[in-house]
Amino acid sequence: MTGTVPLNAYLILSAALFAIGVIGVLIRRNALIIFMAIELMLNAVNLSFVAFSRFLASMDGQIIVFFVMAVAAAEVALGLAIIIALYRNKESVDVDEINLLRG
Amino acid sequence: MEWLVFGPLAAVALATAVSVIVLRNPIYCALSLVGTFFALSGLYLLLQAQFIAVVQVIVYAGAIMVLFLFVIMLLDVGHEPPPWLRQDTPRLVLGIGLVTLLLLELAVAIGSWVSHGIRGSYTSDLVNAVGNTQLVGRLLFTDFLIPFEITSFILLIAIVGAMVLAKR
Repeated sequence: MTGTVPLNAYLILSAALFAIGVIGVLIRRNALIIFMAIELMLNAVNLSFVAFSRFLASMDGQIIVFFVMAVAAAEVALGLAIIIALYRNKESVDVDEINLLRG
Repeated sequence: MEWLVFGPLAAVALATAVSVIVLRNPIYCALSLVGTFFALSGLYLLLQAQFIAVVQVIVYAGAIMVLFLFVIMLLDVGHEPPPWLRQDTPRLVLGIGLVTLLLLELAVAIGSWVSHGIRGSYTSDLVNAVGNTQLVGRLLFTDFLIPFEITSFILLIAIVGAMVLAKR
């Protein structure tokens, strides 16, 4: 257990974090927590990007992580605004009760 | 030596990530997510991405999580019963089953895969000599100038959109 950590260790950690995020989206019903699980998935992918950037001696991965963070910030601002608007209409953030688009 | 840093950070990241999706109180979930962000920031430092590590703490743990906590407290969201007490086993079984399949597939793919990508010119020595932040900044304002400008436009649209949605 000495020496440098291989790329595969980072990729496996990233895959595990992504899977936890997917489970969170599938089993929770609180829209806010589903949103947090989505952030978790974005972070798992960012970890892959940075790990590849390090092990392939390229800077592009880190630049893309920068853009992902900017887009995530925009997404959170809009998503939370939508959740607040939903709460005003429904008095709830339970995704099972949100069926405005059902025909 | 690197394993001594990687191991605990990975363990903290996984443990806090699991508690994000199992805890009942949304405030605790948000605080666990902050823990995940800090652990990932440490991993970025280990990967010699100092700029990304600092931005991770400032943007994610700082700005985004404050926004989350603000909304949780504003909406006064009650405790949700945990999924396993809800008599909706089909959803639970389907969700965890599908994700286990996904994880297995990823593990096989990662395990059988050998990196043979084209190596870039930003070696560890160069990054240490010039500085990570300087390199990221130089690339952002040369090769990635147009995406960078588009990002500012996206943020502007997000600000306007959030205000329109919240005012209604």
